[in-house]
Amino acid sequence: MGKTVLVIEDEPNIIEAIGFILSRDGWRVATHSNGVDAVEAVRARAPDLVILDVMLPGRSGYDILRDLRAGEGTSDLPVLLLTARGQTKDREMAESYGASRFMTKPFSNAEVLEAVRDLAGG
Amino acid sequence: MARPTLTGSRIRERRALRGMRQAELARRAGISASYLNLIEHNRRRIGGKLLLDIAAALDVEPSLLSEGAEAALIATLREAAADRAEAGAEADAVEELAGRFPGWAALVAAQHRAIEGLERTLEVLTDRLTHDPHLAASMHEVLSTVTAIHSTASILVETKEIEPEWRDRFHRNINEDSQRLAEGAQRLVSELEAGQRRQDTLGAPQDEVERFLAARGFHLPELEAGGGATPAEVIAEAGEALSSTAAREMAQGILARYAEDAARLAVGPVTEAAAETLDPGWLAARFGVGPGAMMRRLASLPPEAAATLGGPFGLVACDASGTFTFRRPLPGFPLPRFGAACPLWPLFQALSRPMIPLRQRLRLASRAEGWFVTHAVAEPVGVVQAGREPLFEAHMLIVPDRDESEEGLRRVGVTCRICPRAECRGRREPSIMAESAAAG
Repeated sequence: MGKTVLVIEDEPNIIEAIGFILSRDGWRVATHSNGVDAVEAVRARAPDLVILDVMLPGRSGYDILRDLRAGEGTSDLPVLLLTARGQTKDREMAESYGASRFMTKPFSNAEVLEAVRDLAGG
Repeated sequence: MARPTLTGSRIRERRALRGMRQAELARRAGISASYLNLIEHNRRRIGGKLLLDIAAALDVEPSLLSEGAEAALIATLREAAADRAEAGAEADAVEELAGRFPGWAALVAAQHRAIEGLERTLEVLTDRLTHDPHLAASMHEVLSTVTAIHSTASILVETKEIEPEWRDRFHRNINEDSQRLAEGAQRLVSELEAGQRRQDTLGAPQDEVERFLAARGFHLPELEAGGGATPAEVIAEAGEALSSTAAREMAQGILARYAEDAARLAVGPVTEAAAETLDPGWLAARFGVGPGAMMRRLASLPPEAAATLGGPFGLVACDASGTFTFRRPLPGFPLPRFGAACPLWPLFQALSRPMIPLRQRLRLASRAEGWFVTHAVAEPVGVVQAGREPLFEAHMLIVPDRDESEEGLRRVGVTCRICPRAECRGRREPSIMAESAAAG
């Protein structure tokens, strides 16, 4: 049985596309599309990996990440952070909050796949 | 080592123009011809009464002879050299450049100012891209939509066997997304254009206000008692001189204060009293106002009145963060524009000793000439209330000093980068002046 990835992203068509390629690659894909209760969603689904958008309705991805890192059981969870701004500052911020990997929109399917495989393997 | 100064060369030039012999000028100025010769060859510094006497003998304005008129230009040239240190501008020759090629020097200075302005604009724009929430949201939406289209299109192209339902769905998604992208891009463009329209606020509104006040000689008769105008009317009258909203708002604050000061402190009585003792603390007590208000008043007297007191006077005010809120520079006492000033200024000392008026004689380290008496004080702004932290602001009145003795003199700079003092406990950043001195 494949591993589970939780995609937290508010853009339905990105969810659909990422969901499609990851399923084809053998992943079970769960999705969540708002920031407010994202931390609860992670706890409830206990995925092997999280893809987290920084700009979510209700709550910033950075805040969610911080809570995950501070929370029991999710402190080591691989998190791939998605952002629309690739400035060095954002990258540094992502690292300081404990992102396992950082990816700037727009990205290619191959990049996502590679990142997810790396993170799940490592 | 005496820094080269041009005053001597100018005296020589002026004397030659009048066809006056060195001995004659020396006699009229009450000095020996050999001393005058040293002065004319820039081997002796000159200022104060002797400069005034020589100017009188030559029948010219003292400022024409002194470096004062050029001080601002030279300071700007030094800043320009410091900003592009890699160009290797000969810092030692800055006075010579300004004296021999005033037009070129003015051009360099003007370009430096323009570059500074552009850099600031750029900073504001970058700031806007980072902090403007609307712009950031539009940008994020466009990029997200692009990501969705990119991702979906690749799936359609790269997936060999794709179920018809999925294919149809992805086609639909791309169609939807491309429409959203078109709208998002349009919104982004209109937001960027809105930023462009706001461009007049991107320059420094402080500069605009200062230029406006300087053009009026920092004195506004229509706001004096019985002048008959309100600050709002003065601003409306200013038209293009105060073009940005921010500048108009800042001017409103400054002019309202001006009107308030003017109502309490009429020009006549203040000038008369100041002729007795030019001490803002004493004058303030006499007129029942705060020393800061008195300093503002002294720095906004009509030019004729100020001249009888040895003025005009410079004034700089700052808030508790050290940021300038008001600047009236003097020709010989340039005030830094965007960069921070010398921490040794009594202005900042006053902030750590609130309510205590500080009188301090200063000599500007980067100037060949320039003796000043400064009066500084920090006072709370507005009403002081229990349970509320007061906000302080400091004022420093700058009075040109005729006395050139060393007594009680503190050497300060304008700003670190152009300050030649090698050993300074207040130094924040290296100076190109110090470097060039070490190299020479």
